[in-house]
Amino acid sequence: MNIKFDEVDKLLCIQITEEIDHHTTEKLRRKMDYEITRFMPREVVFDFSKVSFMDSAGIGLLIGRYKLAKLLGGTTKIVNSSRAVKKMLEMSGVVRIIPVEEDEKVG
Amino acid sequence: MKSMYDNEMELNFISKSNNEAFARITVAAFAAQLDPTIEELADIKTAVSEAVTNCIIHGYEDREGTVRIKAKLLENTLEVEIADNGKGIEDIELARKPLYTTKGNLERSGMGFTIMESFMDKVEIQSVVGIGTKIVMKKTIKKEQKQEIIEEEKNALIN
Repeated sequence: MNIKFDEVDKLLCIQITEEIDHHTTEKLRRKMDYEITRFMPREVVFDFSKVSFMDSAGIGLLIGRYKLAKLLGGTTKIVNSSRAVKKMLEMSGVVRIIPVEEDEKVG
Repeated sequence: MKSMYDNEMELNFISKSNNEAFARITVAAFAAQLDPTIEELADIKTAVSEAVTNCIIHGYEDREGTVRIKAKLLENTLEVEIADNGKGIEDIELARKPLYTTKGNLERSGMGFTIMESFMDKVEIQSVVGIGTKIVMKKTIKKEQKQEIIEEEKNALIN
């Protein structure tokens, strides 16, 4: 996982660099929560450009982080998701809660 | 005795969560014989991942047990059986419902069966409380794709 924080815009970019399943979510969750609470960002951007696989474990992971960021006064968005990941985000209804944007350059 | 299928494989492993990736990749590699598209392969991987995760966190509730996978090919259809000897499902109809979960505290979304059902053509659940659960899923690989697309995707798969 790569983290970038823009002090001026209070923008926290979290680039996930592994497959997201039940096995990987616990570690990801701990790391993400640490960064979100530490920076209290105005916006959290999840960069999915390096995620080749995500199952339903990712849904809980994303919604949970969205709630935490919101609690701390921030918004959340998802960028650069592959077709397979997008399919999961759409059918699970995550797209109705967290905006999914196309091809955005981050950092 | 000669198998009624074109090909068959079996895979048994301990219910450790780091085997989830191993299981879905193995089944996908076996299914690759049917020349699926990248999207069909992703669907298979996802459905297998959901079923194996269920065995680990619901069937065995993080105790150690064996997850058994059998995969079979007949013409252009993949059949995957994923079974555990865990605690079983009390109410299958309830478990199938979207958003129903017994593990909300773990941020589980309750979408596992819904995803299996929408990514595969057919999903059967057999379960006996105290004995275990078996999921049988089928997916037919469509044959109308152009050969060049298949070749392109095969190359992408190798990389």
